[in-house]
Order: sequence, then structure tokens, then C-alpha cells
Amino acid sequence: MDKQDMLKQERDAAWRKELRAKIKNKERTGFERVKMPEADPIERSHSYVEVNSGLSAGEAVLEAQRCLDCANPTCIQGCPVEINIPKFIKNIEREEFLEAAKVLKETSALPAVCGRVCPQEKQCEATCFYTQKLNKPAIAIGYLERFAADYERESGNISVPEVAESKNIKVACIGSGPAGLSFSGDMAKLGYDVTVFEALHQIGGVLKYGIPEFRLPNEVVDVEIENLKKMGVKFETNFIVGKTATVEDLKEEGFEAFFVGSGAGLPRFMGIPGENLVGILSSNEYLTRVNLMEANKNETDTPILKGKRVAVIGGGNTAMDSVRTALRLGAEKAMIIYRRSEEEMPARVEEIKHAKEEGVEFMNLQNPIEYIGDSKGYVRQARIQRMELGEPDSSGRRRPVPVVGSEYLLDVDTVVVSVGVSPNPLIPQSLPDLKTTDWSTLVVDDESLQTSVPFMFAGGDIVRGGATVILAMGDGRKAAKAMDAKFSGTFKSETVTDSN
Amino acid sequence: MNKVVSKEFFSENVVRLEIEAPRIAKARRAGHFVILRVDEKGERIPLTISGSNVAKGTITLVIQRVGVTSRKLAELEPGDMITDLVGPLGQATDVKKAGTILACGGGVGVAPLLPIVEANKKAGNRVISIIAARSKDLIILEDQIREFSDEVIVMTDDGSYGEKGLITEGMERVIKREKVDEAVIIGPAIMMKFAAEVTRKYEIPSIASLNTIMVDGTGMCGACRVTVDGKTKFVCVDGPEFDAHKVDFDEMLMRLSGYKDFEKDANDRYLNQHK
Repeated sequence: MDKQDMLKQERDAAWRKELRAKIKNKERTGFERVKMPEADPIERSHSYVEVNSGLSAGEAVLEAQRCLDCANPTCIQGCPVEINIPKFIKNIEREEFLEAAKVLKETSALPAVCGRVCPQEKQCEATCFYTQKLNKPAIAIGYLERFAADYERESGNISVPEVAESKNIKVACIGSGPAGLSFSGDMAKLGYDVTVFEALHQIGGVLKYGIPEFRLPNEVVDVEIENLKKMGVKFETNFIVGKTATVEDLKEEGFEAFFVGSGAGLPRFMGIPGENLVGILSSNEYLTRVNLMEANKNETDTPILKGKRVAVIGGGNTAMDSVRTALRLGAEKAMIIYRRSEEEMPARVEEIKHAKEEGVEFMNLQNPIEYIGDSKGYVRQARIQRMELGEPDSSGRRRPVPVVGSEYLLDVDTVVVSVGVSPNPLIPQSLPDLKTTDWSTLVVDDESLQTSVPFMFAGGDIVRGGATVILAMGDGRKAAKAMDAKFSGTFKSETVTDSN
Repeated sequence: MNKVVSKEFFSENVVRLEIEAPRIAKARRAGHFVILRVDEKGERIPLTISGSNVAKGTITLVIQRVGVTSRKLAELEPGDMITDLVGPLGQATDVKKAGTILACGGGVGVAPLLPIVEANKKAGNRVISIIAARSKDLIILEDQIREFSDEVIVMTDDGSYGEKGLITEGMERVIKREKVDEAVIIGPAIMMKFAAEVTRKYEIPSIASLNTIMVDGTGMCGACRVTVDGKTKFVCVDGPEFDAHKVDFDEMLMRLSGYKDFEKDANDRYLNQHK
């Protein structure tokens, strides 16, 4: 039975029919979209409390009633891990919240994470019938996802997905970020013996070192990891494949296939004069010190610069996370310096809104061209150039062009550079046979995600260069499916050519 | 978790720890380092591996007591655990038969110098080692360096042991006396800066091993960045060894002092709690 038939059969279940008959569609579409309750902007900007506090059960049920349980659920097409969205939402409507959580876990290893950090407005909610045909705000699919996952976690009744009989095949997953966790969950369900190797001392990758507590509490991530452990996934921290042991070593130890999800670990700098002054650091370093090392707490040994005038360079989600972290560390002035206008900003609308509410200053159409330090080498000023928008570039966004003679000096004592990342070089360095692109990402087959090395698959930012949690998770799923096909003898595409 | 197997004080503030880490012991080469986190509240710091015993599955690290982490490390006893240890990291030393090698180690820099001296000797090179420190009690690993050197010159700033004088004076004397093909320089940044000036003057290809601030040690944070030949490099993945004549040591010294105030505060706090 194919996916469409499966969805149809489930939609025809008696309880779904009954629910649909209960409220008229006209009535459903008349309800207002729910608003996410949020912590007070002034209070939260001085603490690490989670900004979005989550829907109540009552709010969730009302929102679920808006969903029309469409015969052709286009929302699912917008989801990189193809969650059965109507099924989980209708379970919320009939107040079977634990059942809703189970539906999420059929295809997603990290529902409580996705419910918080996915850009739903660009994915499932963008393809929702309300957005596409009714020109009304989409069903709050993300909020509902988070509600169901949180409800299950807080209930203590956490279901562990069913695991197939052991195949006695050992596979290795390199990196424990979203791509790796999603891959591992799927492979464990299929009965493979999965070991995840993580370079850092904590499991979770960017979910732990990158995304701040006020957006994604570590505890939420840990519960999802605990669940994978219950499914039999093994984790080894402080282990760098290619360094601590090579792929060859691991093969000798019985690992038959590999998934590389090592992420985009190398921060980019702009290469402008003065960028190595003290007080100028990458967003990776800034966020890692706080999120992973907990440098914001007095009892830990790791230091962090608590700047008073902090400039964050860039307009992505990581830039927003950094600038909002700066506020929480006591910055009096926390600024975003972005070379294009707000319209082109890659950050989620919600993150920009939250940052503004908390008092972040947006200095758009501006770009640093030099940093000036004091005699001890501490950064004191940034030379800023104003920009204007020209013709669209290859990304489709209008290209920023410097305004001649517009430079001025801005007082700063900390600068966080958040202008993107490059793939981590450790894995390609240790495997000369692994083909890489000119941007150092791994070359993979589009369909199977197999690399140029047989039985080695890859996904997430090591392939994409710098994308989202959910796209990485989608890759993990895709690679798991292809790897399983490889072991079952039903694998199609065999080799990766340079043209990929 | 990695167990401390043995411990030896070289002097009041310099301690050698032998730590259980079988995979690292097997995989490591001269020049590699590890990142460790001593306890749950600890900072991640890089330390160059000074030796290993593959049969026992152990590595040795030499630590000078200066800040909070090194104090905590120096207090560990055999049987105690280090919470996190990862490695081996960095690019291994490129050891080949080159002729006469001048190996220069300042202070605890002698510890990471030792495996490079050993590898060079085993590669068939003539190795002249100069080990230097402020005073006699800070001279470490002299016997081990002797084992793999054709000649060893010991120098102290105060003349309390070996010859009195700076390492640069010893280097000049050797270079004037005989042909040196390559130099390896490891020690405090300021010592490496001046030692590199000496070999630059005599046009001797030289390698320096840099010990910068790091967080993850895998290329992720960029805290360790240095300027080499006008380009920004990451010590953790591009290094730790670089052409000593191309490293911007002034910038490195400046960046090393970036957290000095924090380090002092943390140290004072630690000492207060452990009076």
C-alpha cells in the first residue's frame, strides 16, 4: 500500500469521520488562530526562561478544531520528515494527547524540538489549506506539535516506539546532532544496532551547543535522547571518528555502514582588518561558552565576555540567538548589524519579533569594514559602512551595495561574528576517498544520500553547508531508508559521480 | 571518564599525569594534543600529549599549575577520574630525515617537545636539544630528552642549573658552531617569538607548536585563531604546528591575554575556597 492509500485509510477511521461530522467546516474556518503565550519581554531578557510558554490543553483543542482534516493533506508535503499532521491534530481534537504524541514519533525522533525550532511558516504551515486556499492564518501546526510532545513528557507516560527484531548489523552514526539523532531513531526502529559517536562531551550537537536555553531547554533535548537510548541506540561521547579511531578501525570492530552527520562546524569570518582583536568572536564560540559550558553561571570555570555594547554581525537565527544571549549576559546595548534589509533577513519572523520586543537594536543596511582596538588589543570601535540594495544576486535577494562616503565609527566592546559556517573538515581530512564539493561539503547522491564511499551516507549541514534542524532530520530519515535498502538488497542508485 | 593511573611532581608546580585512554594512546602521534574537562563544572582546555604507552593504554600529560583547571588537575590522585578527555587532535608533526634538528623547549614546552625529539631521533636525524627555564626547579624531563638527543644543553635564566642565560643565546651558539637544518620551537609564546627571530636571522626552517585558547578543539569555535603568513588559521585543525617565521606572535600574545582578568578572578576564588 502506498503512502496516499495509507493516509486515506487512516482518514476513513470511524473516529475521524465522527470528528469531522461534529463541527461544520464553515464554523471551523471561522475560529481565530491561537496565540502563543510568551514570557514578559523585559523579564525574560534578563533570564534564561523559555520565551514561548506553550499552549494549554484547552487552547490546543480549540486550535485543533480549526483543522479541516483535508482529504488531500498538503501540509504533510511541507514537512521534511512527513509527519502525519492531520492524524496527530485530530487526536488532539478528541483529547487523546498521548496518542497524538505517538503519531509524531512515527516519523520524528525529536518532536518536542521540532515543535520549538522548525520554521513551520515556511514548511507545513505554508502548505496548509488555510494559507493556500483560504488566505487565512494557517493551523498552528508547530504549536500543536510542541503541545503534544510536551504533554507526553510532562505526563511521565513516555511511549517508546516499537523496535523491530534485531538484525545483528552494527552501524555507526558520526555526530549526534539532529541529522544523526533522526537517522539513529529510524535505524533502531528497523532493528539495526546503532552507535552514535559524538566529539563533544554532551549529546545533541547544535541542539546543545548552539540553540539557547530560552528557545530550546536542554532538558527537552535530553528527554528525546533518553528515548533513543530506550530504543537501544548507544552513544559514545568524546569520540572523534577519524581521530580517536578511523573508519577502518571501526570496520574492524564490526561496523558495516556509516552515516556522517558531523555538521557545519567551521565558523566563517569576514577577513576584515582587526577581526582578530580580543572581544571579537564567532557566534559558535559565544553560544558554546554559554549553552554548552554554562559560562553564564558563576559556579562554572568557563569565562565569557559580558560586553556592555555588543554588536552581532549577521541576520540569521544564530545571529538572533547571539544578540539575545548578549542581553541576558547584561549588555546595555545589543545590536544586530546586517548588510541587507529586514525583508531579506534569513532569521525566522518570530525570532526577529522576539528580539525586538526584548530591546535589540536593528541596524540594517550596514556592514562593518574594520575594527579598531586599544593598546591592549581589545576591540573598542567598529567602522561601519552603510549599504543600499542593488540588483538581485544568485540567491535571489537584492545585493547590498556600499554607499560611498557613508562610513562612521560605532563604539563596541564585544563583537559576535555570525555570517555563516563551513562544513567541519575532520571527516573529509581523514578519508581521502570521500568526494567533496568546492565548498567542502560532501558529495552525495540526491536520492539515497550515499557518498562516494560505499556504505557511507551523509546528511545535514556537512552536505547542505548550513541549513535547519528539520532539513537535517529529513536527511537522517532519508539516509536510514537508503541504508536499510542497501542491506536488504533493494538499493537503487549505486555510485556518486562528480556531476552530483 | 578517564582514570588517573600515576602522578609525579617534577617540581612544586609542574606535575606529570598518566591517564587511561587506550584509543588515544594507540592513535596519537608526535604533535597531537587532547582537550579535557577536569570535572562537571570544568573548562575545556587543550594539552599536548607528551607520551603514551600503548600496551598499558595510557597517555601522559605535563601540567603547570597556573589557573583553576591546572590546579584541579594537579590535585588529582591515582584512581581519580577526569570527566572528559578527547583526542588525539591537531595535525601530527611532519617528521622526516632532515639532517641536524635543533629542538628548543622553554618551561613546560619541553613536555610537548619530547615526542617530537623522540620521533626525529628515530627518523635518523641528529638532534641537539636545548631545554630552558627560569630556574633549576622548572627544568623538566631532562633524562627523557637526553635519551633521544645527541646533545642536550640546559639553560636557566638565573644560572641555578646548567648554563646561565636565555634560550636564544644557546641557540645562537649552536647555529654558529655547526650547520642546523631545521629547528623546532615550543614554549611560552614570548619565548617562541624571540627564538623564531634567531632562526629567521640564520634562515633555518623552523616549526613552532602553538598553545592557544580553545573551547571545542575541532574547528567549531574559532577561539584559537592565529594569523600565519597574513591568513587566519585555526590552531586546532590547521595546527598546532606552523612555520615559526610566519606566525604573528604579537597578535597571539594579545589574544592569549583575552581572558586574563577572568582567569585571575577564577584563580583567586579557587584559592580562597581551598585555603
